[in-house]
Amino acid sequence: VTNSAPSMINLIGSESDSQRTLYPYVTGTSVVGIKYKDGILLAADMGGSYGSTLRYKTVERLKTVGKHSIIGASGEISDFQEIMRNLDELILYDNMWDDGNSLGPKEVHNYLTRMMYNRRNKFNPLWNSLVLGGVKNGQKYLGTVSMIGVHYEDNHVATGFGNHLARPLLRDEWHADMTFEEGVKLLEKCMRVLLYRDRSAVNKLQIAKITEEGVTISQPYALKTFWNFSAFQNPTAGAEGSW
Amino acid sequence: MSSIGTGYDLSVTTFSPDGRVFQIEYAAKAVDNSGTVVAIRCKDGIVMGVEKLISSKMMLPGSNRRIHAVHRHSGMAVAGLAADGRQIVARAKSEATNYESTYGEPIPVKELAERVASYVHLCTLYWWLRPFGSGVILGGYDRDGPQLYMVEPSGVSYRYFGAAIGKGRQAAKTEIEKLKLSEMTCRQGVIEVAKIIYGVHDEAKDKAFELEMSWVCDKSNRQHQKVPDDLLEEAKAAAKAALEEMDAD
Repeated sequence: VTNSAPSMINLIGSESDSQRTLYPYVTGTSVVGIKYKDGILLAADMGGSYGSTLRYKTVERLKTVGKHSIIGASGEISDFQEIMRNLDELILYDNMWDDGNSLGPKEVHNYLTRMMYNRRNKFNPLWNSLVLGGVKNGQKYLGTVSMIGVHYEDNHVATGFGNHLARPLLRDEWHADMTFEEGVKLLEKCMRVLLYRDRSAVNKLQIAKITEEGVTISQPYALKTFWNFSAFQNPTAGAEGSW
Repeated sequence: MSSIGTGYDLSVTTFSPDGRVFQIEYAAKAVDNSGTVVAIRCKDGIVMGVEKLISSKMMLPGSNRRIHAVHRHSGMAVAGLAADGRQIVARAKSEATNYESTYGEPIPVKELAERVASYVHLCTLYWWLRPFGSGVILGGYDRDGPQLYMVEPSGVSYRYFGAAIGKGRQAAKTEIEKLKLSEMTCRQGVIEVAKIIYGVHDEAKDKAFELEMSWVCDKSNRQHQKVPDDLLEEAKAAAKAALEEMDAD
């Protein structure tokens, strides 16, 4: 077995290293998702950061997958586009059977997990954390997959900073069978905290809703923020000369 | 036009003295003996219908699909050897997804027809391959509007306003020529195709048959899909009524 045999290439490669993902370039930040009475709600902002620069501000990070699911992605945007190509082909072939069956959120979540885990095993990951939510035959489903293939389902999930800032809020305030208005209010609260505290967040977000009837992804809008804290008035009061 | 090609019909790579390739002609016979397939191009789309001869009462209705989606915007109706037809459909699907993957837009119907025809023709060039024993009618809707193509086992492909293959093709073609296709909508076209297929079905020679129909039109959002159940039932009823009228004469 020589060093040029296919199984050895990725282990020792020099020129093949340039083919592997080492670090992400254009990234999206948190995605937050919750189950509510009629289905699932997902929220994500429209920012695509290029390192520390907030470079792109109309990146749609929430997308429909077939009839029954929506996906939200954080991490490398180009890898998300590749994932969408694969998913669109998967759904196309599923539709062409024309047999009355269609892939539900559980199946799509499983497919994503296989994709992410197999790439991780080749040391060439798709640098994304994904949220997959959907409703099929009355059953609500909400799951997540990370770039190393860790996957789980829960009543509320988040990626990246959302795990640290949003989920504690959700653990306290989420309850089963919230109304649409309650759900959106809770998600907006999470997104506002992320906007204050996550430096890669932008104030332009979309909320996606999926129910048995279908998918709606909202038009982009901005959150109201509050900066009128007394500590911000005359900030140098205690330390003259500083700024 | 049958003739014995003794000696010159053993291989697809042999020409007869009068310039014919008999193996290809024999392949066409397999298509001629199958259930009729009719397709028309209406002003807002394509309608395709197949006379599915039921070989056994044990078969579940709706099984043995003869019309397949090739991509979102196009479908293919198959006549002749079913297994050969499946290969052609698989190849067409592959060409269509490949094109979209490379060029970012759905494959133009003309391009798809050319690729399918080229593939069918390929199998008539080598002695270690046999020609496909099936012909296909490809209907699709792209930027240039609705288009209908037919590919024969010889690899020849033409664009049509109306096409028919299989047992009742002669009678079907006569009926199609009577229709004013440029003024017809697909909704009307579905009824007409059903009438034609019921009309050419030979009650004496063949037993029962199942009608399978699909369309690609403005109403279906330019997507290829089975004709909706209510319209299909309406078409079948109209076709049966038209038959009774003819019998009454």
